[in-house]
Amino acid sequence: MKYLDEFRQPELARKLADEIRQTVTRPWTLMEVCGGQTHAFLRFGLESLLPPEIELVHGPGCPVCVTPLELIDKAIAIAARPEVIFCSFGDMLRVPGSGSDLFRVRAAGGDVRVVYSPLDCLALAQAHPDRQVVFFAIGFETTAPGNAMAVWQARQRGIANFSLLVSHVRVPPAITAILSAPGNRVQGFLAAGHVCTVMGYWEYEPLAERFHVPIVVTGFEPTDLLQGILQAVRQLERGQHVVENAYGRAVRREGNQPAQQLIAQVFEPCDRAWRGIGVIPDSGWRLRDEFAAFDAERRFDVGQIQTQESSICISGLVLQGRRKPTECPAFGTLCTPAHPLGATMVSSEGACAAYYRYGHLANALIDR
Amino acid sequence: MCLGIPGRVIDIVEQNGILMGRVDFGGVVKEACLAMTPEATVGDYVIVHAGFAISRLDEAAAEETLELLRAIDAQAAAEDEPQP
Repeated sequence: MKYLDEFRQPELARKLADEIRQTVTRPWTLMEVCGGQTHAFLRFGLESLLPPEIELVHGPGCPVCVTPLELIDKAIAIAARPEVIFCSFGDMLRVPGSGSDLFRVRAAGGDVRVVYSPLDCLALAQAHPDRQVVFFAIGFETTAPGNAMAVWQARQRGIANFSLLVSHVRVPPAITAILSAPGNRVQGFLAAGHVCTVMGYWEYEPLAERFHVPIVVTGFEPTDLLQGILQAVRQLERGQHVVENAYGRAVRREGNQPAQQLIAQVFEPCDRAWRGIGVIPDSGWRLRDEFAAFDAERRFDVGQIQTQESSICISGLVLQGRRKPTECPAFGTLCTPAHPLGATMVSSEGACAAYYRYGHLANALIDR
Repeated sequence: MCLGIPGRVIDIVEQNGILMGRVDFGGVVKEACLAMTPEATVGDYVIVHAGFAISRLDEAAAEETLELLRAIDAQAAAEDEPQP
């Protein structure tokens, strides 16, 4: 397919890897922020092409993984109500809450549905005027414009039986938190390409300057990822720290203006708790007051939520790049994709699930 | 989650006041909202995420990247040649 096959050519990937090997003179630790990139690295076996000096640590860019437990529990409580049709992207259904998950709600008779797009929920709401359609609006900046559009449309078209359970998160505050943490080892970032298609990359320039880290906007195909690493390593070797765009076919510095305008009309910044990490100031978006009527948290009173995390799971440390999935005692034994203890084992973008699925490659990396 | 797939816009229509269209992903055709890529025309490639086009792909920039990669290739090949 055009725009995919050209960027998967093995000979170009090998040449890029050779170039990285020739450029690197000492150890460097890079973080790829996005779980989709973690998945692609492992899927295409790219880690095995890299020289031993380059260590990649996996970032918190998996929205399914970082959605706070309290909100999962709220989703479970709302989804169990008889008047509700609860809609979500598929990955969320298996994410463990304190005592249950959305799959179990469905098995017990709850109307829980997987949708492809939030606009599907509007059609559902119109088809079922006597029911309440709730969409679990999780995700990073990439997903926010679509969710904003759904709310905007609902208001325009007078679809009152639709609401969002919102848990939006933003990348730049997470990068700030990682770089400010004591003991941080990350020396350069691959910024998430699709987040940047929406937001651009001007927001990263003050971060590169303040923390003296190169940040390279990177795509998702093998040569994209290797090019991102090469540009970051070149900067590190030269002592530079600027923002570069290695995904020029999709990303402009200013981002997607219509998408940003839509987000700004519907959402406003807020502090947000990240599962396994804690509250990061200003790291989320919530519905503006003028859209409060579409806020599921205000529409449904679910009472006091008492959360209970697994005592074994180390997904918080995995999400911060401080532990590899295979360092968890439960990995692959007590915790598997069929019976996950933590969200990082659920999502296709979760580091634990990626290591489990592509285990032979991950083991080669750990043994190195 | 932030998965985005490139596809070719095959038609554009206005629905409920917003731009929608069909996008061809290598033979699989799906409907997508094009409201955030108003500059895209039929035949353009867009990145679609969860039913929304979020970026029109820039063919010249793509070609520039590939040229850069081929240049590394050529440079490395030249370095591999035995020196006289």
